[in-house]
Amino acid sequence: MRSVALGLRLVILAVFAVFFVAPVLWLILAPTKSDHALVTGSPFSFGSFHQVSLAWKHLDAFSDHIFRTWIGNSLLYAFSATAIVLATAIPAGYGLAFGTFPGRKLLLTLTLIVMIMPAAALVLPIFLELNSLHLIGSVLAVILPFSFFPFGVYLAYIYYATAVPPDLLDAARTDGCGEWLTFRRVALPLAKPVVALVFFFSFVADWNNFFLPYAIIADSSQYPIQVGLSDLLSSTPSFNPAQGGGGQQVNIFRPELALATLIAVIPVAIVFLLSQRALVRGLVGGAVKE
Amino acid sequence: MTSSYAEAPRERGLRAAVRRTRGLRSGRGLPFVLPYLPFLIAFGLAPMIYAVKLAFTNDEGSWTGLHNFTRTVDDYRFGPAFKHIFVYTGVWLGALVVFVVVLALLLHGRANRVSTSFRFLFYIPGALAGAASVLVWLFMLDPSVSPGAFLLHHVLGANLFVESIAPGHLPFIFAMIAFWTGAGGWIVVMYGALNTIPPDLEEAARIDGAGPIAIALRLKLPLIRKWIAYMVILSFATGTQLFVEPQIVNQASLGLVPDTWSANQLAYQKAFRYADFNAAAAIAVDLLVIGLFAAVLIVTRTGLFRTED
Repeated sequence: MRSVALGLRLVILAVFAVFFVAPVLWLILAPTKSDHALVTGSPFSFGSFHQVSLAWKHLDAFSDHIFRTWIGNSLLYAFSATAIVLATAIPAGYGLAFGTFPGRKLLLTLTLIVMIMPAAALVLPIFLELNSLHLIGSVLAVILPFSFFPFGVYLAYIYYATAVPPDLLDAARTDGCGEWLTFRRVALPLAKPVVALVFFFSFVADWNNFFLPYAIIADSSQYPIQVGLSDLLSSTPSFNPAQGGGGQQVNIFRPELALATLIAVIPVAIVFLLSQRALVRGLVGGAVKE
Repeated sequence: MTSSYAEAPRERGLRAAVRRTRGLRSGRGLPFVLPYLPFLIAFGLAPMIYAVKLAFTNDEGSWTGLHNFTRTVDDYRFGPAFKHIFVYTGVWLGALVVFVVVLALLLHGRANRVSTSFRFLFYIPGALAGAASVLVWLFMLDPSVSPGAFLLHHVLGANLFVESIAPGHLPFIFAMIAFWTGAGGWIVVMYGALNTIPPDLEEAARIDGAGPIAIALRLKLPLIRKWIAYMVILSFATGTQLFVEPQIVNQASLGLVPDTWSANQLAYQKAFRYADFNAAAAIAVDLLVIGLFAAVLIVTRTGLFRTED
């Protein structure tokens, strides 16, 4: 009886593992095969590295190397916004945790509400606002909204409020440090773990954001990779038969699309793997009350 | 890092007392918040206020009451769009609640290394959010290349890509994509919540003769109820904002799937195709209200987030 229950448990877990992992595995293998081999061969077979370089050649040739531009744009948007997030969120969390100014509680509650509200709910309002200010289409119109990351502020707040003893800061003040020096010399060096956490969440959120840049950027040379992928998709005959016949010959088929998707995911995957341990601990330990 | 959380309540009382005595220098800390404030105002509060203003006025800026709301509701695409997102959200929430909780409970009883590997495997698709996850699933839904072609054939009755994405399937397909990318993260959260249950409690139940299923249902489940509530409310709010998935499927389906499938898409089209910013704002405000309501509910009711120390 016991072993039957145990077996059943493992079977359920394994079925779900297949569901979660098989599409990723397929995606990794797809660029190694030709479009024809994808249709006729076994889904999980390995083709050749030659095919990968061929797929890359086609992808890179698409619209005059625009794929590289998209990746570059994504890196630019995600890194600059995350830099601003770190520069604003860490001090803000510190100020909210140890501050005594009026309106502190209100600010914290507002931050919390905007943080929990789905980001997509704010995209059209942000678009309408920037549109009325004639700021649509500029790079800053993407970077600046990305730089507002209330979750980062909350993470920094909760970290300072729970993991940094106020006595430590008081000691620094007694030693004659002003408010700024206390932050700079004591609080900031202590913030290392939370800096990693905020970096992770902010970078991933910006890299994966589709809706905001989709609404705000009109020029395809300014697209981040997520929007670029959808552009690539609509130019290929693989899902869009109409494109193949009359349209330009773009040489973008399933292997190229799969390679593009795979490359688009790599930066996030790297950040994921690097911070997996800290993340799993932080998600349950630092982000919320318990 | 973790040890400092346990002592929180007593510490907090002490700290509050200390702070009161130090309160002479009120206004301390404000300079640190100042760089963040413009962002909160410009991209958090101002857009909401501006959207509300647009929603209640016409293109000349004069007050029109609820007119924008009633005329958007009367749009023939409004009803279907909201129906779509509610069906989708319902399916997704059902899947999340059942599978995330069951999987977390199954993992919690396991040997540590097995459990860690499974949690990692479940978590992997989290790296593929946004457009990338949709593209992966377009491949998975294309019977000519999908490793699950036999499932597509037998479950969805589809032999062609266009049959896979038939209108009736879409809420389920989008729910599956959302589940695929997000469930792993939730399983980690639930597993973490289960770990906060003291082992003696479980031991005591076992001595009282409770089997593993009874322990899971009667002891563990009630103790993580708060987290389940949090997941449900948050996912409900997120689900109603659906945009990326139907937008990309629209591009891949030659317009078979309308570009106004979800409410956010309809709002987007109002702004971009018709330049009717007041109507777009009205729908955006409908969605904002749902999001705000859920957020306020989580902050004030679940007690999971602290706003006071």
